Amino acid sequence: MSLERDFLEYSQRSRGMDHDRYDWSMLHNRRKITWPNGKKLALWVNVCLQFFPINQRGKPFKVPGGMTMPYPDLRHYSLRDYGNRVGIFRFLKAFDKYGVTPTFTMNTRLAERNSYLLDVIKERGDEIACHGMHMDALHFGGQNIGDERELIKRSLDVLRNLSGQDVTGWLSPARSESENTPDLLAEHGIKYFSDWVNDDMPYEFTTKHGCLTAMPLSNELEDKFILMDNLHSEQSYADQICDACDFLLTESEHGGGRILALNVHPWMLGQPHRIAKFEQVLDYVSSKKSVWSASASDILAEFKSRS
Amino acid sequence: MQEDPNLYDYWPYQNRPKIVWPNGAKIAFWVAPNIEFYELNPPENPHRKPWPQAYPAVGDYSIRDYGNRVGHIRQMQLLDKYGIRGSISLSAAVCDHHPEIINLCCERDWEFFSHGIYNTRYTYGLSEEQEREMILDSVDTIEKHTGKKPAGYLAPALSHSEHTIDLFAEAGGIYTCDLFHDDQPSPVHVRSSKPFISIPYSLEMNDTIAYAVNKVEPRRYGQMIKDNFDQLYKEGAESGTVMCIPTHNYQVSCPHRLRAFEEALEYITGHADVWIATGREIADHYIKHYYDASANDIQQKMGVTT
Repeated sequence: MSLERDFLEYSQRSRGMDHDRYDWSMLHNRRKITWPNGKKLALWVNVCLQFFPINQRGKPFKVPGGMTMPYPDLRHYSLRDYGNRVGIFRFLKAFDKYGVTPTFTMNTRLAERNSYLLDVIKERGDEIACHGMHMDALHFGGQNIGDERELIKRSLDVLRNLSGQDVTGWLSPARSESENTPDLLAEHGIKYFSDWVNDDMPYEFTTKHGCLTAMPLSNELEDKFILMDNLHSEQSYADQICDACDFLLTESEHGGGRILALNVHPWMLGQPHRIAKFEQVLDYVSSKKSVWSASASDILAEFKSRS
Repeated sequence: MQEDPNLYDYWPYQNRPKIVWPNGAKIAFWVAPNIEFYELNPPENPHRKPWPQAYPAVGDYSIRDYGNRVGHIRQMQLLDKYGIRGSISLSAAVCDHHPEIINLCCERDWEFFSHGIYNTRYTYGLSEEQEREMILDSVDTIEKHTGKKPAGYLAPALSHSEHTIDLFAEAGGIYTCDLFHDDQPSPVHVRSSKPFISIPYSLEMNDTIAYAVNKVEPRRYGQMIKDNFDQLYKEGAESGTVMCIPTHNYQVSCPHRLRAFEEALEYITGHADVWIATGREIADHYIKHYYDASANDIQQKMGVTT
């Protein structure tokens, strides 16, 4: 019994990363930044507005949160749709109450199907980023590059047209990418994307079409991860976010400005038994004097101008 | 394959020779941060896939990189605050990729033990000769970059063969973290017949097991650590125990988890009869003072039962 020789050979075993997508860099060695008006912690509330088709193909995998039952899986289809009908309006009230500036990361297909909701967002003037075509239109390893290019082009063209915004931000459905996704996003005018979870601050990502910024959108602090994947309690969700807020504020005193990025789903936190906990979090964080609530693009622009 | 790994004998947790740790301490407490490198696109081992999805596994790879970019320094600052020196479970390739991290550990006089080359290169399927090569590579790399040969071993990604422990003992090691059968050090059989022991490392206290496998809430994890300590501290009055917290800084050093971890460290180090040690220090002390008595006691009890 033995393995092929290449299993004990390490072609990438040298200084830096084992790929050329980004440079190796430790957060504590980077230049310290301060947010506008001397603020220490940028609050980025990223609302995922999603469309899960009931005729899910599930290729090459079933998207987490998607259909699990034989067609027609009414329970999951309608429970996700709940977020776009009911939960989102609870969110909007809460954002206004606590003076929070959200960023809406939207499936293009939802914008096409639901002009009322899109108009509500547009009227508010909040940033709209692209969350891919829909939750069953996945980007994945081994995907044909031509197919993916067309998918990204269509997703962005349509969302830009409907929203009237530049749409410079991207979050892949299920945060899943092919080896070409970052190149194709940069090729189509995307400035930042949020699939990679290896940092607490923005960093430069290398692509064949110039630089792209990786924005730190924590998966560990996401409502779906804490409540649905880990089955933690609603109170624990609130505790975890408040503990993270406290920690980052303390770290910012010697480490420079930080970002508290909350990825949230109206079908999850917009439920009647959860919205109060989300409000508790927004109340806690927004009441801190050193917190600056802003859109992802504004945070990125300030970051670039100050680092 | 055999029904028993034949690495140790049954040895009941009562009436053992009494252990007293330095300065009369009841418990030896150590923290073992895993400093690892996972490859984005490693050659595939036929027995275990490195990632659950096709290349590129963006989420799984990048959260592990978070530990190196963001997490380690947070834990270093925390352990400094409570006077704890870490015992690093090291993917030796980190010496090549990220020497800054190694230097930060050296500055703190932390211990390094071997955790293989990469945590995406498993032991499964390796011939004995190949596994020896991998283990010696890790030992030599660690010695070259830190000035000391590692005394301890934790197989990469806890992937083992029937030869793993023997091979590490032959590479000069004196302890393993791969066995979870006890709350005290205990002798391990190796074919070279030298004193070689198991040091309690604990899967139950391991943050990745708690958070990623068992999906424990952060504050409950903090409570579990305190409860684990209370019991071992109490029993340590009878005979010294060992408590280990193995960590991964892509788990425990996330902003929402450090408060609970810090409270637990503060609690433990606030007790009088705690020996804050490293794996090597525990192993050296045990081998010097208790190995022979333990081995004799095991022989005697084996004799009684057969």
